[in-house]
Amino acid sequence: MQISVNGQTREVNATTLDLALEELGFTGGAIATAVNGGFVAAPARAAHPLAANDQLEVLAPMQGG
Amino acid sequence: MELYGAQIDSRLLLGTAQYPSPAKLTGAIKASGTGVVTVSLRRETVAGGSGQDFWSLIQASGARILPNTAGCHSVKEAVTTAQMAREVFGTSWIKLEVIGNADTLQPDVFGLVEAARILGDDGFEVFPYTTEDLGVADRLLRAGCKVLMPWGAPIGSGQGLRNIGGLRSMRAHFPDVPLIVDAGLGRPSHAAEAMEMGYDAVLLNTAVAKAGDPVLMARAFAKAVEAGREAFVADPMLPRDMAAPSTPVIGMADLA
Repeated sequence: MQISVNGQTREVNATTLDLALEELGFTGGAIATAVNGGFVAAPARAAHPLAANDQLEVLAPMQGG
Repeated sequence: MELYGAQIDSRLLLGTAQYPSPAKLTGAIKASGTGVVTVSLRRETVAGGSGQDFWSLIQASGARILPNTAGCHSVKEAVTTAQMAREVFGTSWIKLEVIGNADTLQPDVFGLVEAARILGDDGFEVFPYTTEDLGVADRLLRAGCKVLMPWGAPIGSGQGLRNIGGLRSMRAHFPDVPLIVDAGLGRPSHAAEAMEMGYDAVLLNTAVAKAGDPVLMARAFAKAVEAGREAFVADPMLPRDMAAPSTPVIGMADLA
């Protein structure tokens, strides 16, 4: 199915957030996730289902003022 | 200085954006003597991308982390960003920005108060980027904020303290609340001026990052902040309209 990952359309087979992150290569490091504008905490990723056209945001530390 | 129960030695909080290189950023953090650095969250372009390198650099600095919600224009965006930041950075501190105008980057104070209340109820320790408006400040305190961060001037403008009267009123009105001038400072003299007025600290980024020599400028700001603080504690003399001779008049010879 197709989902949006950080604004880009991507094809994924996974139907849960944790597996989708693995499939997309976000396997390590400090990241935080949101689906359709709502925060999904790391412990909740495995139980969070993904559906076609979901909007996934994967954020990481960045410089800030 | 105590912020949400944490003892902070330096009264200079430093932003980490816009430096010409990671080495200059590291040098500026060290030269500033800061104990608190601000960071943000942005889209990770590739797995294990630049965000991870940056995070390692910041962790190595030993400074306390103050994540921001920069760029958020709505309460929902700001709250979600804060939740994500808490997980990534492992801190309940959040520099809350809800931007109300794209040109001036001034805060949307209505959204700010609402977001502060939501985050405070959720266990966050909120550092709100606000204006010098006393009514808004009072609402933020009632929403649970224990620190207030009024702007000096629009973010990144380097104008210094645009409303000195308003900032003085705020300091006088909330004598026991930690107040930090956040944004708009351009030169060390601006920082010293805020500290001389009794502000507890200043937060700045662009003035250091965009200086020709960011490391040297970081050191200059550190000195200015320290000088301003000591001047405030030393209780400066009041200005007067007319001259007052500093050399004693008594004992002058009659040489006319």
